[in-house]
Amino acid sequence: MGTGPLLLLASLEGLVMAAVLALAAVGLSLTFGVMRVVNVAHGEFYMLGAVLAWAVAQFVPSAPMGFVAALIFAPLAVGALAWLTDTALLKRLNYNPESTIVATIGLSYLLQQGALSFFGPDARAVQAPFELRLQFPWFGYSGYKLFVIAAALAVLAAVWWILSRSRAGLVMRATQVDRNTARAFGINVDRVYAGTFALGAGLAALAAVLIVPISQAHYLMGHDPLLLSFIVVIIGGLGSLRGTLIAALIIGLSDGILSMLYPPTLAKILATLVVALVLVFRPQGLFGAKA
Amino acid sequence: MAAVILEARGLSRAFGGLRAVDGVDLTLTEGEIHALIGPNGAGKTTLVSLLSGRLAPDQGTIRFAGEDITRLPAQTRVLRGIAYTFQITSIYAGLTVFDNLALALQRRHRRDLADAVTQAATRIGLAPYLQTEAGTLSYGHQRLLEIGMGLALSPRLLILDEPTQGLANAEIEDFLTLIRGLTGTTILLIEHNMEVVMALAQRITVLNMGRVLASGTPDAIRADRAVQDAYLGGGHAAD
Amino acid sequence: MRPALLHIGVLAALVAAGFLLPAYQHGMLARILVMAVFAMGYNLAFGYTGLLSLGHALHFCAGMMATGLAMRHGLAAGPALILGLAAGTATAMLTGLLALRTAGVSFMIVTLMFAQAFHLTLLYYGGFTGGDEGFPLPSAARRLFGLDLTQAGPRYAVALALFAAGLLAQWALVRSRFGRSMIAMRENEERSRMLGYNPFTTKLAALALSGLYSGAAGAAYGLLFGYVGASFGTSQYSILPLLYVLLGGAGTTLGPLLGAGLMAWLIDAASSLTDSPLAVIGITLIVLVLFAPKGILGTLREKGLKWLP
Ligand SMILES: Nc1ncnc2c1ncn2[C@@H]1O[C@H](COP(=O)(O)OP(=O)(O)OP(=O)(O)O)[C@@H](O)[C@H]1O
Ligand SMILES: [Mg+2]
Repeated sequence: MGTGPLLLLASLEGLVMAAVLALAAVGLSLTFGVMRVVNVAHGEFYMLGAVLAWAVAQFVPSAPMGFVAALIFAPLAVGALAWLTDTALLKRLNYNPESTIVATIGLSYLLQQGALSFFGPDARAVQAPFELRLQFPWFGYSGYKLFVIAAALAVLAAVWWILSRSRAGLVMRATQVDRNTARAFGINVDRVYAGTFALGAGLAALAAVLIVPISQAHYLMGHDPLLLSFIVVIIGGLGSLRGTLIAALIIGLSDGILSMLYPPTLAKILATLVVALVLVFRPQGLFGAKA
Repeated sequence: MAAVILEARGLSRAFGGLRAVDGVDLTLTEGEIHALIGPNGAGKTTLVSLLSGRLAPDQGTIRFAGEDITRLPAQTRVLRGIAYTFQITSIYAGLTVFDNLALALQRRHRRDLADAVTQAATRIGLAPYLQTEAGTLSYGHQRLLEIGMGLALSPRLLILDEPTQGLANAEIEDFLTLIRGLTGTTILLIEHNMEVVMALAQRITVLNMGRVLASGTPDAIRADRAVQDAYLGGGHAAD
Repeated sequence: MRPALLHIGVLAALVAAGFLLPAYQHGMLARILVMAVFAMGYNLAFGYTGLLSLGHALHFCAGMMATGLAMRHGLAAGPALILGLAAGTATAMLTGLLALRTAGVSFMIVTLMFAQAFHLTLLYYGGFTGGDEGFPLPSAARRLFGLDLTQAGPRYAVALALFAAGLLAQWALVRSRFGRSMIAMRENEERSRMLGYNPFTTKLAALALSGLYSGAAGAAYGLLFGYVGASFGTSQYSILPLLYVLLGGAGTTLGPLLGAGLMAWLIDAASSLTDSPLAVIGITLIVLVLFAPKGILGTLREKGLKWLP
């Protein structure tokens, strides 16, 4: 294969990566933006989405049906768990930023152990809902991967619509600006918080369901997406949705392309250092507005 | 004529479009009690924050004891002898009164720290409370502790930001006695209570909308028409 | 008076345990003591200075790797140990120079990222560092002051000596002028600045001390148990000291030991149910932040034992 086709392939892989990453990162960004909490268990919500997708696929034998069922069930189940986490844990901590981080670290350990106990240490594959191979002049490419890009774009558009056009989005933005004023205007802040946390977790789970036919489910699979989501959210500017989307695209694409050219460990080292330095020297992110 | 200890020239500081301090000149002579008065939002706290180094000025220079301190960080200015007590009480609520005072004293008093702390506590009437957690003291006592920490630094210039705010009359009397008992310390006093100002101040500077409206002796300020119109007039004069 | 008696009593009990306990428990107790030194270092930053770091695995593992690699290349245990202390201190100061420009949540994430980058770097240069598998230290080289550290008795003695030195130094430190200024940063940074303290240098010095303890613990761990590896640089080793300190009581001199001991016991007790400590750690963390954020000794201190150091 020549350089041109190789680059095209890398870009396609990068786009798949960017699409899934954007979903997970938007979830994290949403909880940070509205609730001002950093959810370290976000990667574990992602992992749960993948594991549940596998579990659902065991019950529903036909591949397309099982996938559709997982697509509906996994985000709902994970969202419900997140709702519970919010009311039983975060709310009691008064959303104190530092306690919340410690508590969600604890939660992430618990979820990992839970997945290990019920699911075992092996990686499990889930069948894609359809087998379609698109033939380019230079290489064949999975139609499912293109579907993942399209699906992620559709969901992101829906999220964007909810946030900027719907009443729910208005309520969330009002709460983000000032929760006391929001409460004074009769907004049920508790419900908004729980709902936001559930939505954020659900998005992570959805991303995982989409990715699982490509990369398998495993109880430790939450680490990388958590790190990458952090990177995206911080570089995009904490809590800035627009910045998060731009950063997800750039990082997903460059990660896809770079990891074909460089060893992934080296890329990760550089990425973590960049995050740290961005936080130190440009805390509003590279694309966020000045606070 | 006593020596000049602090000299500010053309100090300015804006927040966004708001010019909180706008081209202020201020001269303090050694040993004087100088009151800084003005309506709410006049820029008094902002001005003294520039002097103490909590905020950086957009423009202007500050000289203290003959040296330019405009660019020095706050903690270095404290070591040079400028102490600041906060308008909103800021003590170590979780530590004992002893530790609060010790933190102000321990740099100067290496061997005799306990004695120095006891002395400092006695001066502000808090000697019985040395082992009490500062956050559990009454409001008035916390206010006194705040002032006591400033005094404990043995500063050459003590900036008091509304020290009597929220104090009862008896506590204000104690405060007046405390300040009168100081010798040699220059005091810059922000105060809304005009009785306190008139009882203590040798000179007064009036600030309004970030600018100096007038500066002079208490009698001169009282007689100043512009001041009366802007600030002392009407209700205040009748107090 | 009472604090002095308490510290001496605890140390005396640990000496007695060395004589009374069966040999197989020496290993576990030695491990607890070394981890308690790590937690004491963490306590200096988090408990006393209020710096909630999520990256202390970096300093622990740096100390361990420095000592291990030096010994692998022929350095004697004594100088290698010193190198470990230096590595822990140096990494804490270097990362602190940058991380201390942030505070709160950003500080947590920045320290986490630095530790992550360090761990990944160890993996990247796996050929030199041994990567996640690590490497054993040559038994012949594990001798300190003529003691053979492959033996349970001397090993416990060295662990206890390190712990005792760390505990007494920590106690002296937090009662000192500098200790008071560290606590002042935790309680009210702006006030401290206006009393003439430089927050940046005070916190940097606290971090350096914290790194010194962590590096010492890491170096001793490698030396005493004969094995070093990048797996000690994972985020779990940043969470463990936090967990110990939270459990025992942040800002108490004996909290780190209590937390490390109790956690070891908890994980041991739960090992019949599960072979991974993850769940135990997770639940303990959640229960602590929810119900006892001051930890055991911190709660006792609040409930009347005011003299607890
Ligand atoms: N950090 C800040 N950011 C934005 N605006 C500020 C800030 N600090 C002060 N201001 C504004 O600057 C102006 C001057 O405030 P300042 O606190 O100096 O007034 P003051 O004279 O001390 O008033 P008071 O008597 O109420 O204490 C006010 O309008 C205030 O709202
Ligand atoms: Mg003011």
